[in-house]
Amino acid sequence: MTDARLAFFILALPFLGSLVAAFLPARARNWASALAGLVALIALVLLISFYSVVSSGNTVLHAVPWLPSLGLDLTLRIDGFSWLFALLILGIGALVVLYARYYMSPEDPVPRFFSFLLAFMGSMLGIVLSGNLLQIVFFWEMTSLFSFLLIGYWHHNQSARDGARMALIMTATGGVCLLVGFLLLGRIVGSYDVDTVLSKGELIRDHDLYLPTLILILIGAFTKSAQFPFHFWLPHAMSAPTPVSAYLHSATMVKAGIYVLILLWPVLAGTESWYLIVATTGLATLLLGAWAAIFQHDLKGLLAYSTISHLGLITLLLGLGSPLAAVAAIFHTVNHATFKASLFMAAGIIDHETGTRDLRKLSGLAHFMPITATLAMVAAAAMAGVPLLNGFLSKEMFLAEALEAHSGTLLDRGLPVFATLASMFSVFYSLRFIHQTFFGPPPTGLPHTPREAPHWMRLPIEILVLLCVLVGTIPALTIGPLLDMAVRSVLGDRTPAYSLAVWHGFTLPLLMSTIALVGGVILYRLFGGRLNAVAHSPIIGRLKGRRTFEAVLAALIDGARAAYRLVSTTRQQVQLRLLIVTALAAGSLPFLSLGYSLGALDQTLLDPVFAVLWLLGAAAAIGAATQAKFHRLAALAMVGVAGLATCISFVWLSAPDLGLTQLLVEIVTLVLLLLGLRWLPQRLPDIWRDGHIPFQVGFRRGGDLLLAVLGGAGAAAIAYAVMTRPPPNGISRFFMEQAYRGGGGTNVVNVILVDFRGFDTLGEITVLSIVALTVFTLLRRFRPAAESIEIPDQQKVQNAFDDDREGNAFGDTARHYLLIPRIIMEWLFPVILTCALYLLVRGHDLPGGGFAGGITASIAIILLYMAGGTRSVEARLHIQPVRWISAGLLCAAATGAAAWFFGYPFLSSHFRYLDLPIIGQVPIASALLFDIGVFAVVVGTTVLILIALAHQSIRTPATRRLAKSDPADGDGQERID
Amino acid sequence: MEAVLSLAIGILTTSGLWLLFRPRTFQVVLGLSLLSYAVNLFIVAAGRMRTDAPPIIGKEAVDPALYADPVPQALVLTAIVISFATTALLLVVLLASRGLTGTDHVDGEEEDQ
Repeated sequence: MTDARLAFFILALPFLGSLVAAFLPARARNWASALAGLVALIALVLLISFYSVVSSGNTVLHAVPWLPSLGLDLTLRIDGFSWLFALLILGIGALVVLYARYYMSPEDPVPRFFSFLLAFMGSMLGIVLSGNLLQIVFFWEMTSLFSFLLIGYWHHNQSARDGARMALIMTATGGVCLLVGFLLLGRIVGSYDVDTVLSKGELIRDHDLYLPTLILILIGAFTKSAQFPFHFWLPHAMSAPTPVSAYLHSATMVKAGIYVLILLWPVLAGTESWYLIVATTGLATLLLGAWAAIFQHDLKGLLAYSTISHLGLITLLLGLGSPLAAVAAIFHTVNHATFKASLFMAAGIIDHETGTRDLRKLSGLAHFMPITATLAMVAAAAMAGVPLLNGFLSKEMFLAEALEAHSGTLLDRGLPVFATLASMFSVFYSLRFIHQTFFGPPPTGLPHTPREAPHWMRLPIEILVLLCVLVGTIPALTIGPLLDMAVRSVLGDRTPAYSLAVWHGFTLPLLMSTIALVGGVILYRLFGGRLNAVAHSPIIGRLKGRRTFEAVLAALIDGARAAYRLVSTTRQQVQLRLLIVTALAAGSLPFLSLGYSLGALDQTLLDPVFAVLWLLGAAAAIGAATQAKFHRLAALAMVGVAGLATCISFVWLSAPDLGLTQLLVEIVTLVLLLLGLRWLPQRLPDIWRDGHIPFQVGFRRGGDLLLAVLGGAGAAAIAYAVMTRPPPNGISRFFMEQAYRGGGGTNVVNVILVDFRGFDTLGEITVLSIVALTVFTLLRRFRPAAESIEIPDQQKVQNAFDDDREGNAFGDTARHYLLIPRIIMEWLFPVILTCALYLLVRGHDLPGGGFAGGITASIAIILLYMAGGTRSVEARLHIQPVRWISAGLLCAAATGAAAWFFGYPFLSSHFRYLDLPIIGQVPIASALLFDIGVFAVVVGTTVLILIALAHQSIRTPATRRLAKSDPADGDGQERID
Repeated sequence: MEAVLSLAIGILTTSGLWLLFRPRTFQVVLGLSLLSYAVNLFIVAAGRMRTDAPPIIGKEAVDPALYADPVPQALVLTAIVISFATTALLLVVLLASRGLTGTDHVDGEEEDQ
């Protein structure tokens, strides 16, 4: 028994390989291809090790838990059918890797190619190995994404970019439909598990939502498998490197749609709507693809349309709904993958060795590359359905099915004729492919002189062609058991009796085959010579899929632009108004429906001091609001008063930690804004003369005031309603009970911050650090406005005084300014610093902690700067805020990580008491280390921000330096870190 | 007390919102400061009014009912520090915008009158 966990490795290997390949140097062609080949082969071996399990009819299931609480797991599922598909993906994948090693030019960034290819391989495996519908959609979208990258690999090429974009838009749109379809399916069944869905066929087909579900899933499958009318992206995808075409358009990508159709065939097929939609689409695609293929002049274009046609054939077979047709569909899927991959590779060799893929220029190549010619001829014969090759067998099954009566509709009765006709076309284009390329006179005017390709490049084709022949001659010994296994896992009890023999006697299908072969040859004899002159394929050339696609796309983009212009604005004021209006509406809705009422909680007695405090606070807030435009400094001071009122309220409301922190932050914010004031423009008096405000402006202001008042009233009303209700039972109880027992601290707020919710705090100090670095970076390239560059008036007066006075050196007045207070401020430095450390250390038990301590310490440093001036402080003290920040972050994270070493989750804290001489018993908690990290980060960020802003005043902008070179203005250099 | 605190929150919010709608960058900075006072007070108030009951507990078994709710306080504590950082960031962005565009209008250009 093979371990089911190996299935996970099959899926993970290509992605790992892709990641490694992405980091290889751009020229490492051999390394990248060896890696890719190795990955494909190892995965192949792992897959083969599952053969014995799945061949006995078992399904391998393996779930990797992801979000077990939500019932979401990564489910891997291998049954006979998905095993066969995975075999194709990995087997042909390995051959494509070998081929690509020789196909890709050393000038291309080949490792990137293999990285995409491996990721695509993994996504494709993900589709077939998934045991959950949503997981299938996930990998489905990934194949769209990576096929986009692969098709657009030569991104310097316009047609590659266009083709890639078209493929992405088409298949991703289909992917959305598939997702919705699967969601509906999951809703019908009640589970997204593939096995559960497969067991509920009856329920699904009888459900009201069956038709929409079916149509959505079919759109998904049809876009991916290039079915009419979504087929047009596939020919445009031919601008991809040929190994990509050989892989995507034979065994993978386009077969993903087929895979989903076959997977869900047992539950979705068998209804009238299934028959009508799927069979009709398949037939149309079969005929149109074959017809268009005849008129292609590009080798790969011919193969592309032939692929569309063969996919149509498989879809048609699935659409018929009979088990025997499903067998034929699975069989033809495998056969088509082998011969089409080899044909694409042969086309690639021709392109590689001659420099062109144009059928009109190619001729007589059989003399130059006899081996490739032979291989291509056999593969093309398989495509045409010549006996003794694999294509013949599945085509024979198809013809036999076409003869069977299924529904008695017009479609059903005409099917034998259409099938023969399509087969005839297929013979026609295969013949043209071979005859024009390899026979006739030697070619003239080719970019390169044709020669045989290197042996290793031919090897993949040789293997594939050998398989075509082996399956075609001894099917029962080669494909027989694999096909049987796949068919059984799809059809289960409904598996029909079928025979894989080469010879069934003289039957009607054989006659149809013969008619097709002979007819195709005759058609080619009659019309083959004239084809080179036809520029567009008749009839289908009028469909113009691409033009429609582009028109729809352009209309969508124009519509989006128009809608954007209509409903969007770049004006911040309008946006803010809309935001607040929305918030107001959303906030008042519950009150409109439920009414406003007060709770039962007794109100606290009013303390007159508190009322006076807020009388002041409210006046200050209103004053700030009215004065902020013309009297910035006054407004700032009034905001500070409101802040102090808030701060005192915190203390009143039993939140000493908040009061402390608010007070300290108030100080640094004030310093910050004062530093910023200098760079703001002088406010011109109101532009409305004589106090006459135009109606429009007055209306706008009135509206703003109304909104602001409504917002304020709402906030007050909600606050009041909340405060009068008894508190609910929250998580606070737990924190209170555990703070000392589990966290070793009596200050519950601090214990929450550094212990219970330590991870949040870690995130917050990270945000702080990022903000500080952003501020620092922004200020490095700061360009002040022209009128702010001048030295402030006060300094000018001081300098002029120094100039006039005998014995006064330049700058003396500034140095003596406020001398006594400055000395006191400098002496305060150690005192404040001690306070800061005390706040930090006691934080776990009493109000304080890393935040408060950190801001206090930064205030000490800022005071020093204010007292001594930037230059004199920096001459004596070298503060490196960025180091503080990084040390703090490291300290906090390391404290958290240390818990791992003791086998606890990240940030678990530990505490104990330590007996120190003299001081006595001291609690030591690992949370203190964490708090020290917070402390350092806060010091670093605050100091970095304020100093960076302060430095702007001593920087001499280039403009002023040029205007007058004044040595005392400093060198304009910043030394912060 | 509750009514006074609610009114205070309302007036702070009104002043903050009014300033938020103003066209000059400095007004917006001050508006945000006032608004953050209002929001912080509101969050603490959501823990209900408790005077003289700071969540500083003893070392023995605790009765949570005797103390103010610590959770809103922990939320607001970090909010205060973060609001300093965002004010700084906003201020610097505004200064840079003023340096580049030559105006302190929030849109980086004077409104057409």
